[in-house]
Amino acid sequence: MKYATTMIIGAGIALLAAGLFMPGWLTFLLTLAFAKGLVVMGLLLLMRAGLVSFGQGLYYCLGAYCVGIAGDYFETQNALLLILLAVVVCVALAAIIGLLLCRYRDIFFAMFSMAFSMILYGVLVKSSAFGSSDGFNVKPPLLFGWTPTGESGPFLAYGLAVVALVGVGIFVWRYLRSPMGYAGEAVRENEIRVEYLGASVRRIIYTKYLLAAAMAGLGGGITALAAGHIDPEMAYWTTSGEFVFIALMGGVGHAAGPVIGAVLFELLRTYAFQISPYTWQMILGIALLVIILYLPKGVWSLVERVTKGKPL
Amino acid sequence: MKLVIAMLMDGVIYASWLFVIAAGLTLIYGVMRILNMAHGSFYAIGAYGGASLVGFYLAGGYPPWGAYFMLLGAALIGGTIVGLLIERGLLRMMYGRDEVVMILVTYAILLILEDVIKLIWGVDAYFAYQPYTLLGRTKLAGLSFANYDILLIFVSALICFVLWWGLNRTRKGKLLQAVIHDRDTAAFLGINVTRMFTVTFVIGAVLGALAGALTAPGISVMPGIGVEVIILAFAVVVIGGLGSVGGALLGALIVGLARSAAVHLYPDAELFVIYGVMGLVLAFRPQGLFAIATARKI
Repeated sequence: MKYATTMIIGAGIALLAAGLFMPGWLTFLLTLAFAKGLVVMGLLLLMRAGLVSFGQGLYYCLGAYCVGIAGDYFETQNALLLILLAVVVCVALAAIIGLLLCRYRDIFFAMFSMAFSMILYGVLVKSSAFGSSDGFNVKPPLLFGWTPTGESGPFLAYGLAVVALVGVGIFVWRYLRSPMGYAGEAVRENEIRVEYLGASVRRIIYTKYLLAAAMAGLGGGITALAAGHIDPEMAYWTTSGEFVFIALMGGVGHAAGPVIGAVLFELLRTYAFQISPYTWQMILGIALLVIILYLPKGVWSLVERVTKGKPL
Repeated sequence: MKLVIAMLMDGVIYASWLFVIAAGLTLIYGVMRILNMAHGSFYAIGAYGGASLVGFYLAGGYPPWGAYFMLLGAALIGGTIVGLLIERGLLRMMYGRDEVVMILVTYAILLILEDVIKLIWGVDAYFAYQPYTLLGRTKLAGLSFANYDILLIFVSALICFVLWWGLNRTRKGKLLQAVIHDRDTAAFLGINVTRMFTVTFVIGAVLGALAGALTAPGISVMPGIGVEVIILAFAVVVIGGLGSVGGALLGALIVGLARSAAVHLYPDAELFVIYGVMGLVLAFRPQGLFAIATARKI
């Protein structure tokens, strides 16, 4: 096995082991953070190609609702099956929407993807069968007959999140070093030259869009299982804005950026909310401004500066 | 027949409201290439400012018609202060960044302003219905419309005309068009682009606040109104073509009429229709209806 793969798996095992000793609130916070990290990992693929989606909430929410609805409908709480279904449904939808979206760039891509997530929001808010704007509760998950109870309850979702993160992390790390991965940056720099070199810009973007949707669906599904409650707010534009926020905070230069960004974001939000319940948004906004001004490549660039001696 | 008239009137009223918001947004984008998410906060500031100024004014027992000037004054003061602070204090440091990064900068400003508004005005709802009820109602084909809403249509048309006049028939407006067309060349020719930016941003902010102040009498002003409004305004300007005032007018009419048709015929589809229309327009006109095509980078 390669060095990096070993490192990622090692980190995953360490996280799982640490999870056994963590207090409940931290397990929960990290589960949600990792789930968001998964979504942002997909966003990273798009952002490296110069496309900022302000609508990843669409797949995040869709994945969550898939888990919730399928759990009720098929009367199963098998976590793996439900999450797999969420990913499949998200990819299927992305396969259709992507055909249209991959014609757009810049702000139009951002706005158009936002429009789609707002459509889902609008539909969900009006659908009383799924609890309208209140959403509904998702039954606790189980895994191959193992029904976690009491203390080990949150650990199942946490374990799922860590395993998913390791899998996606290895994939993204390798993908970024593959020709398809490099093609993303080439598209961002100059599309016409990419076409001249014989690659299809359309196909490159389409693939990335599908991958991003799959990861967002995965993250949404895990969030639904972990939080036990879902509502249309997950498709609202502020949720998608949060994902872009996290991507910028962590940095898109490295696969670890989104995870670090997501954990930092959740910690920041939790503490900001605890310290001053009335101005936590302001604290988040100021943090975002500071990062844009002084760390334009995200928090990960600090790590790179130390390890590789790279200038900011 | 009644239904058609109701739909048309509601649509046009809604459109005129949307236009005032979208005009500021599209103006700022056209000149500065900043898609300003904080525009929703300008709207909220205008609404809160208008509601509390009207409240103070009427509590003092002055003649009620003065309340309309209070609304205008709130928009002017609020928009100017916030616009100047943000442009001079913050955005100035960010020029030249990527458009998408600028969206996030304004997103951060939105987050900050949302809490600033809560700190100043609290979380309770404000009401300033007096200017709304004062004008009475008109019967039209058996339907009753608030005169205030009808007045809003004329105000909106006036704003549209002033903007068009200012941009196309004045010296400053023509200079501004030069900046829109090519920022660098305009700067070479001796136009003070920095000042143009500041002035544009303040005008845009005042328009946003004005939309809020004009709406305040008709709604209960409470936290979160800005966040809702901004995505509607986005839909409008994207349909019309970013940066085009004429486009914002057309976009507002399309969205307004589509929404009112949905509300009257099939209320569940209200939000769906707005973004559905936006998707439909973008599918056929990827840059929006009125946008100028830009050259591709080679």
